[in-house]
Amino acid sequence: MKSEVTKAQKKIKITGSEAVIHCLLAEGVKTVYGYPGGAIMPIYDELFKFQDKLHHVLTRHEQGAVHAAQGFARVSGKVGVAFATSGPGATNLVTGLADAQIDSNPVVCITGQVASHLLGSDAFQETDIVGISTPITKWNYQITDANEIPAILAKAFYIARTGRPGPVLIDITKDAQFQQFEFEYKKCTDIRSYKPVPDIDITKVEAAAQLINAAKKPMIVFGQGILLGNAEEELKTFIEKSGIPAAWTVLGLSALDSDHPLNVGMVGMHGNYAPNLLTNECDVLIALGMRFDDRVTGDLSRYAKQAKVIHFEIDPSEIDKNVKAAVPVLGNVKETLQQMMPLIEEKTYPEWFGEFKRLYDIEFEKVIQPELEPTKEGLTMAEVINQINKESNNEAIVVSDVGQHQMFTCRYAKFKNSKSNVTSGGLGTMGFALPASMGAAMGAPNRPVVAIAGDGGYQMTIQELGTIYQTQIPVKIVVLNNEFLGMVRQWQQLFFDKRYASTEMINPDFVKIAEGYHIPAKKVTKREELADAIHEMMTTEGAYFLEVVVEKEDNVFPMIPTGSSVSECRLS
Amino acid sequence: MEEKFYTITVYTENNVGLLNRVSGIFLKRHINIESMNASRSEIKGVHKYVILVKTTEDWVRKITGQLEKQIEVIKAFYHTDEEIIYQESALFKIKSDLLFDERQIQNIIKESNSQIVTVSRNFFVIAKTGRRHEIEELSNELEPYGIMQFVRSGRISVSKETMEISNILEKSQEIKTN
Repeated sequence: MKSEVTKAQKKIKITGSEAVIHCLLAEGVKTVYGYPGGAIMPIYDELFKFQDKLHHVLTRHEQGAVHAAQGFARVSGKVGVAFATSGPGATNLVTGLADAQIDSNPVVCITGQVASHLLGSDAFQETDIVGISTPITKWNYQITDANEIPAILAKAFYIARTGRPGPVLIDITKDAQFQQFEFEYKKCTDIRSYKPVPDIDITKVEAAAQLINAAKKPMIVFGQGILLGNAEEELKTFIEKSGIPAAWTVLGLSALDSDHPLNVGMVGMHGNYAPNLLTNECDVLIALGMRFDDRVTGDLSRYAKQAKVIHFEIDPSEIDKNVKAAVPVLGNVKETLQQMMPLIEEKTYPEWFGEFKRLYDIEFEKVIQPELEPTKEGLTMAEVINQINKESNNEAIVVSDVGQHQMFTCRYAKFKNSKSNVTSGGLGTMGFALPASMGAAMGAPNRPVVAIAGDGGYQMTIQELGTIYQTQIPVKIVVLNNEFLGMVRQWQQLFFDKRYASTEMINPDFVKIAEGYHIPAKKVTKREELADAIHEMMTTEGAYFLEVVVEKEDNVFPMIPTGSSVSECRLS
Repeated sequence: MEEKFYTITVYTENNVGLLNRVSGIFLKRHINIESMNASRSEIKGVHKYVILVKTTEDWVRKITGQLEKQIEVIKAFYHTDEEIIYQESALFKIKSDLLFDERQIQNIIKESNSQIVTVSRNFFVIAKTGRRHEIEELSNELEPYGIMQFVRSGRISVSKETMEISNILEKSQEIKTN
């Protein structure tokens, strides 16, 4: 990157729009997802001139652009970038911004805005996107003077990627885009009011090690902080040295090899039986880069009350937010784990680990085996995912949407490599998978990417098939079709006496739609066709669409109903 | 947990839109702001919000943490009433005739330690600085004579303990120059 001499280093007069492009290039951006419109046209005009250096992917909706940027960020660890015009273009980003905020994705969105003399006048396509996006961005800012562009964009990238990452929105008025000014770019390395990583308190690290060494029944729960902090190796070393069973949250998935002997599965509402139940049996709970979301904890007043909680966390406002920490260990989890490692005694917990094994066997018999080797006629979502595991050798990036298939994916998809599970965790955004998979495929160009969606969520952003065709993005799309909004239907069945209010879907011919976008497509209805179809999908060059018709009224279990304790995890 | 008054002090950069971000934190947790005051602080270029809320200590601690997390917030503190020196100000606009016709009004002004800010042909204005209850007392006493206009400021306060904002900023400055 250093060898690339851009105008960023020299002082010359250019327009605000050209400056935006130079700033992006200086930040190492190679791909931008977006949608043009009146108020951002000067920037698009510059994109045209710089198309050999900066690749713009025209999505079919601005929501697609921001989800693609998220998918890119999630697999690459780099900042994803999205463009949109003012007014409806900007408001269409809102869902993606909220998703990126709650899931800590580094994303920079740049929106065009009406000329500054029109601000506040209800001009054509004017909307106060800075006001609208304030609660769902890590930071946002409106530029009305081109002179601000270099420093503000430098700040935007710095804020998006450092500390606990998050989305940043920069709104640039049209006159600032046209304005000529003397351009000079300097990377941002410090903001006086912003401390991205708190100082490590070594006494806390020592206290944590002491608690861990003295524990009889310790348990680890790790979250996305491991992936965001690139602490996968440290996690593995820590687990192996300490001998402590490790469970993960939805967003922590793939940070540790699925087949690692100390990997005891997922916690939370549809997590595994053993780690959920044993959360309320362990004596020391070591939380690594996770935030005790309510889908993880169930009823907080009955969550791990017996345990001393050690909370490794980068964001001080998360400490004691939901669960009181006996020992808070602030800092980047990679560094705090490194510092703690020499203090950790080598141990194993055969008896305690046996508890996990015993409960896993119960879950296997009651839930997992019937899902993977069903005796009923209809296909299960789990067996489809299991077949993808086999075909991809656990090496695919799997992007899931939201609902039953997402929980089946998180439960049954296996991963060898980190940053391979992309899903909308905190916000639960239906329609996330298809556009996010585009960004994932471009962020990890040498790896197979499989998007898994339900028939409901798929249709929320189905138009992105157009982007996949136009940009030739090699994603494999699997729709698990049960002709229901399955998760809502499951809740209606369990908690609303089977009153299936507006959850049944009468669907179009998905194969024809994919073929309409020139994407090879197939539909599978029988078990004996499944393996061949998935093989064909994975070995076909480029994009591929596979619809699998699954059992209509299957439920995801185990389940911790809302308001229940993790101890009350249900197997049926 | 018991609800009581907490005074939150937020030191920030002076940027457009920051008020929205700060007030949004309270909105998100559905907490009503009793009063809010924004002004410059003792440090050049640093803005200061003084926000009065009634809530539990657990919540005020969480809110303060979330305020501090905002990029342009330098530092946020919360204090109980015992930990700060605090005041509010109020203005009362009253018909000028009363000043001459009602002798009692002059006594009220004297006893309440308030000041007459201006007197014109039609009205005069009394300013009172003090605790909320003192202002309310004065208001109650003036009420029978008729108050043309009344306004009270948000709480302003200084803490008894030192606020280490200058240190924080100096530290960040050191990092920059190193």
